[in-house]
Parts: sequence; structure tokens; C-alpha cells
Amino acid sequence: MTLSDLKRGDVALIQCITNDVVRAQAIRFGISEGSEITVEEVLRAGPVIVQRGNMHYAIGRNLANEISVVYPLGDARNA
Amino acid sequence: MHRHGRRPSHHVHVEQSDMRRVVLVGNPNSGKSVFFNALTGMYVDVSNFPGTTVEITQARIGDNLFIDTPGVYGISAFNDEERVTRDVALTADVIVNVVNAAHLERDLFLTLQCIDMGIPMVVAVNMLDEAVEGGLKIDLELLSHLLGVPVVGTVAVKKQGFAELNEAMKRPRPGTIGEYVSDDLNRLLDRLGTKGEALLYLEDDEDVALRHGLTVPGSRERIYLARRERVNDLVHHVVSEQTKGARFSTILGRMMVKPLTGIPMLLATLWAMYYVIGVFIAQTVVEITEEVVMQGMYEPAVEGFVTRFISAESVLGTLLVGEFGVLTMTVTYVFGLLLPLVIGFYLLLSILEDSGYLPRIAALLDRAFTSIGLNGRAVIPMILGFGCVTMATITTRLLGTSRERFIAIALLAITIPCSAQLGVIVGLIAPLGWQNIAIYMSTIVGVFLAIGWILNKVMPGKSSDLLIDLPPLRLPRAQNVLKKTGSKSYMFIVEAAPLFALGALIISLLQLSGALTAIQSAFAPLTVGWLKLPREAATAFIMGIVRRDFGAAGLASMDLTAAQTVVSMVTITLFVPCIATILVMFKERSWKEALGLWLSAFAVAFFVGGLVAQVII
Repeated sequence: MTLSDLKRGDVALIQCITNDVVRAQAIRFGISEGSEITVEEVLRAGPVIVQRGNMHYAIGRNLANEISVVYPLGDARNA
Repeated sequence: MHRHGRRPSHHVHVEQSDMRRVVLVGNPNSGKSVFFNALTGMYVDVSNFPGTTVEITQARIGDNLFIDTPGVYGISAFNDEERVTRDVALTADVIVNVVNAAHLERDLFLTLQCIDMGIPMVVAVNMLDEAVEGGLKIDLELLSHLLGVPVVGTVAVKKQGFAELNEAMKRPRPGTIGEYVSDDLNRLLDRLGTKGEALLYLEDDEDVALRHGLTVPGSRERIYLARRERVNDLVHHVVSEQTKGARFSTILGRMMVKPLTGIPMLLATLWAMYYVIGVFIAQTVVEITEEVVMQGMYEPAVEGFVTRFISAESVLGTLLVGEFGVLTMTVTYVFGLLLPLVIGFYLLLSILEDSGYLPRIAALLDRAFTSIGLNGRAVIPMILGFGCVTMATITTRLLGTSRERFIAIALLAITIPCSAQLGVIVGLIAPLGWQNIAIYMSTIVGVFLAIGWILNKVMPGKSSDLLIDLPPLRLPRAQNVLKKTGSKSYMFIVEAAPLFALGALIISLLQLSGALTAIQSAFAPLTVGWLKLPREAATAFIMGIVRRDFGAAGLASMDLTAAQTVVSMVTITLFVPCIATILVMFKERSWKEALGLWLSAFAVAFFVGGLVAQVII
């Protein structure tokens, strides 16, 4: 499952970012593999807006397609 | 090429070596630019989006040489701004790192990177007031203890905390280097000279590795992940948050990026800008400044004065106060016509920049931009282009790949009219009714999309994807907006006035020598036959070679029908970029690209202008 499959309000864990440079830039933003993000908005065919902590990030759709996520999180977390 | 392999020695070692080099480093939106101003008493750009302080600003105060750097998220070589920051930071005696209190999670990554470089530092936690309002509590003492460097809380725009900051700058300290990298740094210190160079080498910086004749070790990811973990841990200990409901600005921010609400909001913003610049300033204000003040009072006065000494018909008289006089037409265009438009534009642009709206426009339009080989980030140079194409061309540095930079520069050079030109165009076209406005706009937008689409198809490689942060929306502070408008308008005068004078001189000389008539005749097939304009239009295009707004102003003074006005405005909009832009393109890219774009603009302008003429005249 990738980031672009998520819907507004979903909470997911980042699993894998394939592109080296993007992965490094994402780590700087705090979106590293294993970090938890909340989907703030999914624009139709456009970027996915995610929230982590106090920050919001816009991630282009092609990029979002390449970022795999763990969703849904375990029952304990969804409760 | 001055973009690559830019060694620190080339452009920052201008002052004596006994000065203490204090380098300001911070993320975009950390308020770093205000710091430079407050520390040095000089004004620099204050913005709410990445990429406005691309140039290095420096100022000498006492024994300190303060150097500002572009806002970056980390020091590496992912784009030109990072390379510049990297090279300046490597020469620092002291780093003053400005972080935004509300985004410690993001900003401390750069802080730790600077600490790992082993350079003595002071950290300023800025915008503390906004963070407190937002329900955050930050333990600065603990942060200082954990980082191992002095930490000061500040509110730069209110000048709060600067006494403490100045005090702290007397005793900067190298911080506690992360365990994940400290042994490697010590091991490499002899080989690479400084911990800064050693760290960047360990983080796979190819330029740094090359300087030392090494290949990258491939350890960046390990270091980045470990540093990220340290940041998260720091934030966990230092920041406590009181839960709060969704604030109005959060809701508004969300509405700005959703197409359903975002597009109407964008259109409303553009309409408001058009109304202020195109209707209020271009018509009401300019009528007073150009016609009443300049042509009614200034020009007769200066003519009367000059003709006391020399005849108006003499060569010198014509150059000074003739039809294209340096003292008459040039001054009237610059101060009576263009300056009010430019001030109006920069005022609105500064409000947009400081509010945090621009990155949201970038997210909103990302999808559209991907079809022309760019991503939403390119919105920033494009919007800046409506202010000044020259400045916008420099800002393309924030784009991820060379391919994107070329596409953006080509679009700027050919299709984007700068504020001065746009003001004249809007003033001329607005009274002609919506059909003519629609023809003009759809033609320019069509050419914009066509050029972008073709370049995206033709150029090899792949463009980068959007990955930006959306800073919180805030109400722009009047003081910042006015200062920024003032300094940019002043820059416009300084840059444009000499070029205008030069253009006016050239035209006058051509006129005196009779060459102007010859050129008009030579170009008649093009201007009269193809564009269906009067032959005198050639004069405006010659003026347009110097600056397009100058050409537009020249066309404004001609007697044209509505259809001819549209054709001439389409042609002058797409016409060659001004001399200043060409020089920047030449420096940023290469003379081949600059010349190629110049010739393309020439061809596109006449081709498209003529097509429109064949259809509507």
C-alpha cells in the first residue's frame, strides 16, 4: 500500500521510500521510515498533504506513489 | 560556471582574515533574515517561503563579519542553495543557528548537523511568542544542556532576546557531537583538515569528497537516521504541548490547498491584485503621476530650463529633452508610469509572501505544473517573475534539477511579463472589454503551456517531485511588508533607470541619424505586413530589446485600434527578456542557452503576435 492510497484522516507508518535523495530529504523533515504520519488532505491527482507533529508537508503524487506505508495500524492503535 | 564547485574562497573571503566570521544558518521560515537585519542594522529580505535570500549578504560590525546564507533544511548538495550555505558554513568561526520554535522537530536537524561539524555555535529559538500562543512550552535550559551550546529565546520582529543573544555570541561553544559520528570524525580529522569537511564527506557530499580526492563512503543514510532519532529524542524531552482545537488559520490553510475552495480563493486573490494594480494604480494613480505631475509639470519645467542654454533642435537638445529625451521621456516613464505600478505590485507580493500562502498555491497547482515538467515549487519563481523576471531567474536555483531550471527559465524569459510591463499592459487592455482581455490572456497562457509541454517532451531526464513544507499561515507584519516593498522598489529604480536612459539615447541617436526610419522601413513587412501595426511600432520593439516594459510603454503612447493593441501587447509580452535578465541567464546557465532563449523569444513573439493579427485584425 502506498501513501497515495490513503484517505484524509488516516494515520499510517512510513514503510519505504525508494529514491535515495528523496529519502534523505524526507529524513530531514522527520518523515523517515517507521515514522507515523496523519493524512491531512489528498488532492485529486495532486499532492498528498501529511501532518507530522506541528508540521504539514505536501508530497507530489508521483512521489506518494513510491512511498509505501503500513496501514491500518494495529488494533491497539486504532482503538 | 559559477554554480558548481564554488569554493568558499571565491566569494566570501573578501574581508581580512582577522575578522571573526559569524555565519547565520537556518531553515526557510525561521526568521533568519530579520536576524541579520537586527544584528547588523542592515535590511535584508524577510520572507515566508524558501528561496528569497539566495544571494549572500554580509556586513561588518566591529570585529565581526556577519554573513547570511540561504534558508536550507540541511547542509549538503541537493540544490545550489545548499551548496552555497555549505561553502559559507565551512569557513565559519561561529555559527548563529536560527530555529523556529514552532518547528523544532524540523529545524533541529540542521542544528545537529552544524554541531556535528564541530563549529562553535549559538542557537536562537525564534518566534517564541507564536509557539507559546500555539500551546507549546519549550525548556530552553534543557535544550542548551543537551546540545552543549548556548540557547537563547527570541522574537526577532519585536527585537526580543537580542541583548541575551549578543551576550551569548561572546561565548559560543562547539556542541556535543552525536555518538553516531564522533569516532569517524576524529579518525578523519588529520586526513580532511576540519570536522566540517570530514562530516560532509561522511555524508556522501560528492563535491567535498572530490576536493580531497576521495569517493563517497555511502554512510549518509546511517548518519541521517541516527541524527533524526536524536532530534526526535531532544524534542520529546524539551517540548511539551497542550492540546488545542483546530485554529482558524489551520482551517483556512486547508481550504487553500483543496481545489474546490482553493481555486476560487486563488482566483479571488488574482482578481484583487488585478484590481489594485490594473484598475486603481494603472488608471487612477498613473493618470495623476504621469499626466498631471510628469507631463503637466515636470517636463515643461525641465524643457524650459534646458532650452535656456541650448536649442531644443540641437543634437544635445534632442538627446536631453526631445521625443525620447533622457531628461523627459525616461524620467516620465520611470517615475510617472512604472514606479507606481512596481510599488503596488511589490506591496501585494510582500503580503502574499509573508502570509505563507505561496507554498499552498504550490501544493494546489502541483498537478498542473507536472504536465509541463515542473512541480508546484516552480510557482514561486513564476509569481516572482511577475515582479521581476531577473530576480525570478535567480530564484530558479531552488528547483531540484537542471532540467526544471531550464524549463522555468525559458518560461520566465518568454512568457512572463514583469510588474512594470504588466502594469502598462493591464492599463491598456483593461478598458478594451472582456473579449480582448480574454484573447490576450488565453494566448499568453496557451504559449506558456505549449512551451512547457514541448520542453517537457523534448528534454532528456526526469523532473523532481514536490516535497515541501507548508508553514503556518500568519498575518503579515506591516513593518516587514513596507520595508520589503521599499527596498525592492528602490532596486527597481536603480536597475531600470540607467537601462532606460541607455535605451532612450540609442533611440534618439537612431532617430537623429535617420537610421530609425530605415529600420522602420526594413521591418515594415514584419510590423505592417505580418503584425498589421503602424510602422512606428518598430521603434517600440527596439526599445523593448533594452527592457520589455520600456517597449510596452512605447506602444502605450501610440495611436492603436483595440485589435492592434491586443496584437502589440501579445507580441511585446512574448518579446525578448531585458538586458538584465539576459546577463543573469548568461551567468546562471551558459551563453549558448541565453542566446538560444533570446532568439527563441524573438521568433515566438513575432510568430504568435502575427497569428493573432491574422485572426483578429
